[in-house]
Amino acid sequence: MSPWIVGFLLLYAYPMLKTLYYSFTRYDGGKTPPHWVGLFYYRFMFTQDPYFWLSLRNTLWMVVVSVPLSILLGVGSAYVLTKPRRGRAFYRTAFFLPTMVPAVAAAVAFLFLLNAGGPIDHILGFLHLPQPLWFLDAQWSKPGLVVIGLWGVGSTMIIFLAALLNVPTHLYEAADIEGANAWQKLRHVTLPMISPVIFFTAVIGVIYGFQYFTEAYVVGASVGGAAGGTSSALGSPQGSTLFYTIWLYQQGFEAFHLGYASAMAWMLFVIVLACTLVLIKSSNRWVFYQGGFR
Amino acid sequence: MSDAAVATVAPQARRRTAEARRKSFLTSVANHSVAIALTAAFVLPLFFVVTTSLMTQRQALTHDLIPHPFQWRNYIDIFKEEPLLRYGWNTFVYAGMATLGVVLSSVPVAYALSVIKWRGQRAVFLLVISTMMLPSQVTIVPLFLLFRQLGWIGSLKPLIVPAFLGDAFSIFLLRQFFLTIPGELVDAARVDGANEFQIMWHVVVKVAKPAIAAVALFQFLYAWNDFFGPLIYSLNNDKIWTLSVGLQQFTTVHRGVLWNQQMAASVVFMLPVIVLFLFAQKAFIEGVTLTGVKG
Repeated sequence: MSPWIVGFLLLYAYPMLKTLYYSFTRYDGGKTPPHWVGLFYYRFMFTQDPYFWLSLRNTLWMVVVSVPLSILLGVGSAYVLTKPRRGRAFYRTAFFLPTMVPAVAAAVAFLFLLNAGGPIDHILGFLHLPQPLWFLDAQWSKPGLVVIGLWGVGSTMIIFLAALLNVPTHLYEAADIEGANAWQKLRHVTLPMISPVIFFTAVIGVIYGFQYFTEAYVVGASVGGAAGGTSSALGSPQGSTLFYTIWLYQQGFEAFHLGYASAMAWMLFVIVLACTLVLIKSSNRWVFYQGGFR
Repeated sequence: MSDAAVATVAPQARRRTAEARRKSFLTSVANHSVAIALTAAFVLPLFFVVTTSLMTQRQALTHDLIPHPFQWRNYIDIFKEEPLLRYGWNTFVYAGMATLGVVLSSVPVAYALSVIKWRGQRAVFLLVISTMMLPSQVTIVPLFLLFRQLGWIGSLKPLIVPAFLGDAFSIFLLRQFFLTIPGELVDAARVDGANEFQIMWHVVVKVAKPAIAAVALFQFLYAWNDFFGPLIYSLNNDKIWTLSVGLQQFTTVHRGVLWNQQMAASVVFMLPVIVLFLFAQKAFIEGVTLTGVKG
């Protein structure tokens, strides 16, 4: 236990409290010690920093759109995998493969794939579908990021696949005897049986969704065109990819407003905690636990 | 049943099976078409990345999907222009050492949280779980200042050393697996006079090899792909950049052009983990399943 206790105190307990302290101070990490400013930064965040609200809106957009979509696609592609009698292992490998691609490489790949003149643009044109400018268009940059995320839906899918295969066949047989159609079986047998896994995926999705960073950083820096550390162009185009953690990073590690970054970090923690608690509270209305207990 | 009855039933039954066979054939075609369409959606992006990485710079800006001619030289050029070997080595050192650290430190903690029973265990377990939910932003500022004081910024130490102090996700996953080990196995060893350390090493670790493999793979992959950590701790010193930071900087410098080289560098970055996955697929998928279903 002892390495973990040291780790817990050194890497979690102490830094958490220290961050809380910094959030009440003005501090640039230099020789001047932190200067107590009380709740100033928390007030500033809500009343005077437009980028705080912009980044929070962008982040909420991302969570609200991408969490349900990845659950839908995860369940859908897992369902597809349960059907064919032969070749399941092959399909599973193919669906899962993109999750191996590092986030930075995936973002770079889709910068190319979605650019005007790139392969996906070409295919959309061939199919007479709209060809948006994706990462160059403030309306389409977030959907572009969603596409990158959905490409890596494989790990979610694997979890759902295991859940689907775990549903006892006698339940489907009973439904057949009562003359249920495919939709009724999905609605009244499959969904309740896999609802704990949907719940688990939603919680994890929300927690990580609020910390969304890497892909947005790579895309924003590339579109805005800043290298070598100064990435004032992050959030490009037009602030549409300025997510909460990106703004926090810029405040903390580019401008060295460590006090403000700390306040933002704690606010993030509070928001994530609140959303998780709301999800857990709602779960007893839609999550079905076998045997009536968790 | 008399022979006459069989004779009248048989053709009908045969017709029915033929129809059923036709129907199941059509369902099977439909199932496979959907699966193949999805396979294309998942795999084609990778295919385009690889083909573009073999094009000339000019061709990469066209609508072409197949390289003509195949310019294998791109892969030599990127190693000449960018210190990819050094980035690769840094990434490998980070991922390898972090994996070693996490396995060595997390196994004993998971053991203490599952095989041994003690007061307050549940509370400590909940504490471990809750650190998993903590956004890394909440701890990053003081950690950065701490590591700066130690003179570790611009080295790989801030990324590697914490791994030796345990990792919540790995502890959680190992504990779930250790709980499934039959108690008789442990009790038998205890009767034989083995101490806790011996039991952990000779009994539990031996049985839990698949779970340990999964944890090691996850950690290696996490570190290999990590961008936030190297960005925070190594941006000021390109001698210790990992592939993630190197590739990000490379794309930003050459944005919109040199797609062929950007794609080649991406392939170099993703190839090791894809090969690793293809060889260790079973452990990966079992590990993912373990986190989701038992969690």
